[in-house]
Amino acid sequence: MRHEPAQSPHVLRGLAVEARNVTKAYGDRVVLNDFSLDMRPSEFVALLGRSGSGKSTFLRVLGALDGDVEGRVWVPRRRAIVFQEPRLMPWLSVLRNVTLGLPQTRAVKDHGLTTLAEVGLESRADAWPRTLSGGEAQRVALARAMVRDPHLLLLDEPFGALDALTRIRMHGLLRALYQRHRPAVLLVTHDVDEAILLADRILVLTDGRISLNAPVDLAAPRGLSDPRFGALRRRLLTELGVDAA
Amino acid sequence: MTPLSTSRLRTTPVQAQPASDGTAIAPVLASTRVVDLDLVDPTTTGAVPAQRPAVPRWLQRLAGPVLLVLLWQVLSITGLFDPRTTPAPVTVLNTAAGVLGSGELQAHLQASLARVLLGLAIGTALGTVCALAAGLSRWGENLIDANMEVLHAVPKFAFLPVLIAWFGIGEEPKVALIALAVWISIYINTYSAIRNVDASLVEAARTFGVGRRELITSIILPGALPGFLVGLRLALTSAWLALIFAETVNAPAGLGRMMSDAREYFRIDVIFVLLGVYAGLGLLSLALVRFLEARLLGWRRAFDAA
Ligand SMILES: Nc1ncnc2c1ncn2[C@@H]1O[C@H](COP(=O)(O)OP(=O)(O)OP(=O)(O)O)[C@@H](O)[C@H]1O
Ligand SMILES: [Mg+2]
Repeated sequence: MRHEPAQSPHVLRGLAVEARNVTKAYGDRVVLNDFSLDMRPSEFVALLGRSGSGKSTFLRVLGALDGDVEGRVWVPRRRAIVFQEPRLMPWLSVLRNVTLGLPQTRAVKDHGLTTLAEVGLESRADAWPRTLSGGEAQRVALARAMVRDPHLLLLDEPFGALDALTRIRMHGLLRALYQRHRPAVLLVTHDVDEAILLADRILVLTDGRISLNAPVDLAAPRGLSDPRFGALRRRLLTELGVDAA
Repeated sequence: MTPLSTSRLRTTPVQAQPASDGTAIAPVLASTRVVDLDLVDPTTTGAVPAQRPAVPRWLQRLAGPVLLVLLWQVLSITGLFDPRTTPAPVTVLNTAAGVLGSGELQAHLQASLARVLLGLAIGTALGTVCALAAGLSRWGENLIDANMEVLHAVPKFAFLPVLIAWFGIGEEPKVALIALAVWISIYINTYSAIRNVDASLVEAARTFGVGRRELITSIILPGALPGFLVGLRLALTSAWLALIFAETVNAPAGLGRMMSDAREYFRIDVIFVLLGVYAGLGLLSLALVRFLEARLLGWRRAFDAA
C-alpha cells in the first residue's frame, strides 16, 4: 500500500462518499442546490443529467478540484479521476504517465506495467502519448487511475469522445476492472444505456438536485432485450426531458 | 474493383438485350448513363510524397542560392556590376582563400566567437533563472516580470553607452551587450511558456498526487521547453546582431574590427567575405537549435513520424 487508507468517521459508518447539503454557485448561478449523496464502498453510481446541469461540477467537488463550496463532504483519501479528455502529459512516456505522482521505484514501475497489461497496452509502455489512438489514450488514463487502487473512482464522461465500437469495448474493460478492484465508482455520463449497463444505481441531476434515484436490479448479462431494461430506459429519458419512443 | 491508380472509372450503361423470343427487355437500371468520375490515386497525389525524392531535399534547396551566385558571376563578367562596388563571386572566393590562408579571418572569428559564446552562456543562465523565478512563484513574478518588461521595451543597443560607462571599453561591455540581448529573449519566451503550460494537465497532475517538485520537473519544465527553444533561437539571432554593434566599439580583434578595417581601406571584397561568414554563422546557429529541438522534443514530432 502506497497511501494510508482513509480513517475517517465515514469509514466506520460504512460509506465511501458522504456529501451533505452541498451548494455551489458561480456568481448568481446556483449549480448545485443543497445536494446530498451517500455512496457505499464498491457501489457503482451513474450520474445523469442534461448538459449544464452540474454533473461535472459535483464530480469536481468530490475530486477536491473546486473549493468554495458550502456543505460537508467526505471522500476517501485514495481516489482517482478520469477526465473526458485523457489529459496525458505528452512529454512523458505512457508508463511514466501511469505512475505519475508515485515514487519511481522498481515495484511501482512493475505495478504500472501490470496495470497497463490490464488495459491491454503493455506493449505501448514506452510510447509517446501522441502516438496513441483516442481509445488507447483513454485506456492509459484509466490505467493511471486504477494503478492507485482507488477507493473512489471518479469518471467524467470518460468515453464521450470515443466511437460506438470502442465504447462497447471500454464498457467491458471498465466492468472487468471494477470487478477486480471493487472501488466505489461515480460515473458521469449522458448515455442512458451506458448508465443502465454499468451502474448499481442511477441518479438524475435536475436543477441542482437529485430528481431521480433509481437502483438498477437487472440480471447479470444486462441487455436491451430485457424488457425491464427498456422500461428503465424510458423512465430515465422521460426524467431527462426526452420523449422516449 | 478498379485499382485506385486508374484515373477513370467508366460505368457503362446496361444494354437492353433482345430476349430469345425477340421482345426487348428493359434496362436493369431505370436511368443508366455514363458516369465519368475523376478518380485519383491518393498515394501519389497526397500532401506527403510516397517515395523519397531522387535528389535529397537539402540539395534541392541549394539550387536557389547557387543559381543566384551564377547569375551574379555572369552579370559581373558582362560588366553590368561595377567591381568596385560589387565584386564577382570568384573575386570574393579568392579573397576568402587569402584571409583564410593568412590566418587573419580565423583570428578575428575566434575573438568574436569567444564573445558570443560567453555572452550566450551568461544571458541564457540569467534568462532561465529569472524565468523560473518569475514563472514559478508569485513573489518572483512581482519582483522580476515588470522590470523585464521595461527592459524588453528598450531597444537593447541603446544600452551600449551605459554599458561602456559601467564597464569601460574592454571586452566587458561587448559581452554584456550580447548577454543582455540573450537574457531578454530567453526570459520573455521561457516565462510565457511556463505560464502557458496547459492548466488542465497541471490540474490532472495535482489530482494524482504530484507534489510541487515533481510538478516542476515533470510537468512545467518539459511543457515550457518548446518555448525555451523558441527563445534560444531568437537569442542566437540577437546575439549575432549585438556582436556587430558591440564590435563597433574599440575592438582589437573580431569580425566587426575586420569589417571596419575593410570599410576604411575600401576592401569591398573583404566585406562580402564577412557577409558570407555572418550568413554561415547564422545558419549554423539555426541548425543547432533545430538539432536541439529534434533531440529534446521527440515527443512532439512523434505524431508526424507515426
Ligand atoms: N468556472 C465556471 N464559471 C462559471 N460558470 C461555470 C463554471 N463551470 C461551470 N459553470 C456553469 O455551471 C453549470 C454546470 O456546469 P457543469 O460543467 O457541471 O455541467 P455538466 O452537467 O457537466 O454539463 P455537460 O454534460 O455539458 O458536461 C453550467 O451552466 C456552467 O455554465
Ligand atoms: Mg460535464
